[in-house]
Amino acid sequence: MSDLNKLTIAEARDQLRAKEITSQELTQSCLSAIDGADALGAFVHKTHDLAMSQAQAADARLAAGDAPDMCGIPLGIKDLFCTKGVDSQAASRILQGFKPEYESTVSQNLLDAGTVMLGKLNMDEFAMGSSNETSVYGNAINPWKVDDRALTPGGSSGGSAAAVAADLCLAATGTDTGGSIRQPAAFTGIVGIKPTYGRCSRWGVVAFASSLDQAGPMTKTVRDSAIMLEAMCGHDPKDSTSADLPVPNFEAMLTGDIRGKKIGIPKEYRMEGMPAEIEALWSQGADMLRDAGAEIVDISLPHTKYALPAYYVIAPAEASSNLARYDGVRFGHRATLAAGDGITEMYEKTRAEGFGPEVQRRIMIGTYVLSAGFYDAYYNRARRVRTLIKKDFEDVFATGVDAILTPATPSAAFGLGEMTDADPVQMYLNDVFTVTVNLAGLPGISVPTGLDSTGLPLGLQLIGRPWEEGDLLNTAHVLEQAAGFVAKPQKWW
Amino acid sequence: MEPYMSITTETAAKVAKLARIRVEEDALPALAQEFNNILGFIEQLNEVDVAGVEPMTSVTPQRLKRRVDDVTDGNQQGKVLKNAPDAREGFFAVPKVVE
Repeated sequence: MSDLNKLTIAEARDQLRAKEITSQELTQSCLSAIDGADALGAFVHKTHDLAMSQAQAADARLAAGDAPDMCGIPLGIKDLFCTKGVDSQAASRILQGFKPEYESTVSQNLLDAGTVMLGKLNMDEFAMGSSNETSVYGNAINPWKVDDRALTPGGSSGGSAAAVAADLCLAATGTDTGGSIRQPAAFTGIVGIKPTYGRCSRWGVVAFASSLDQAGPMTKTVRDSAIMLEAMCGHDPKDSTSADLPVPNFEAMLTGDIRGKKIGIPKEYRMEGMPAEIEALWSQGADMLRDAGAEIVDISLPHTKYALPAYYVIAPAEASSNLARYDGVRFGHRATLAAGDGITEMYEKTRAEGFGPEVQRRIMIGTYVLSAGFYDAYYNRARRVRTLIKKDFEDVFATGVDAILTPATPSAAFGLGEMTDADPVQMYLNDVFTVTVNLAGLPGISVPTGLDSTGLPLGLQLIGRPWEEGDLLNTAHVLEQAAGFVAKPQKWW
Repeated sequence: MEPYMSITTETAAKVAKLARIRVEEDALPALAQEFNNILGFIEQLNEVDVAGVEPMTSVTPQRLKRRVDDVTDGNQQGKVLKNAPDAREGFFAVPKVVE
């Protein structure tokens, strides 16, 4: 039995239940693939022994019958999730050696469903980045390659995207504050969904910007996202913003029927300088949904242009507050102090050594926009603009629009190091199509729909109404089927 | 909103101090320049008419849940101290705070 690591969750589930394979065989196949893929920099903490014992338990549960859909499925977990007894350092030096005494709710939900954890996945430090280049572990590398350049898998969930695209695991967890699930999914030809804010508990997920952060699945197919999302979400009393709503059977909602659905095409997403290929892909996507019986309508989201600047006030402001906890006292790194150094020197030296340049930059921007005299001018103004951005979507949904179709990213994957000398703002533009969705708290999904002229994957994004992930996944499923994206990266690693 | 003010090295130093991040003197001009680039980008928000618009406090209209004010957790001193860089005699240890 070879290549079991290439299965989808749905295929593996069916074969596990039919007793054609065992979770131990499946897990072993993934572990071998992981050991042969160090060049991708995707898995940064491997948990072989833990994985095999979880697989054994899953096999016992499967043998007993009535196991959940995710039972026995091997997953990679983003390093942002606290996992009990296993290194969890948000790809930061400041959390070096941190082994939580607790498990995040999302990863616990997955364990309760019988999944197997293969290890922890690379990411941008504290999820701040769009190329996985801010990680203390070094770069994660895109398994897609078209010339001798090493390409970014995107970020911040770059390790998750690389691992799924390279078949090192059946699926992975990601988190998304401004596009960190959807952009890497688009760069690597996989599916990633950020659910409605409040769908997944944030408890035990290292906080970046609490009003924007959401966890979600990164998978090979839309069906797999539906299966895995159901296992991840649910009400959690430990997260006050967690929604106390029933979790539907998302997979059962994949009917393939979108006749009569109204799909909006927002004119403000037609950006100046957008590559013609992405423009073409976008209109092909609209045609596919129209052919499936949906009605395509032009819509306007007038405040789109202001989403990125509002995000770059709100997210750093929240980050400066959330990251104040890394003080060298309770966990992680503490700087070596000189004779006579007091507690202030300890804080300042620890944080200068422990945080990388992008994290320091965002903490300080956040500190500035929250400081006396600037709070109203920057922070409150950004929160007012955020209200208007959310209202843009509410107005469109009030006209009967069911989902909105946009490009997922303004380009295909770029080369690692190509943005090093660029202004940080250039890197921030990667999130131009995704960040509105976080500001409005909506569900958004990236679906691989084509290849560019060089052979790199491109994705489209669908944005749904709040709490209607099931309907959104169904539309995404139709788009996926119509696009028929089956390309895989050629193995070079 | 007051007009856009350029960040000086003095302001950059003050922000670094507030953020409790040590920045060496010679790195301050570059840091100030980065702040200026980012704040220049943020400046676009001044174009938006926000008169009468409430700042968003919660993205979902849900009312936060309440619970009985009972102690439901605790007695985990060992676990709490487990990851501390320096823990002694059941406490977090830090450099001298007061003379």
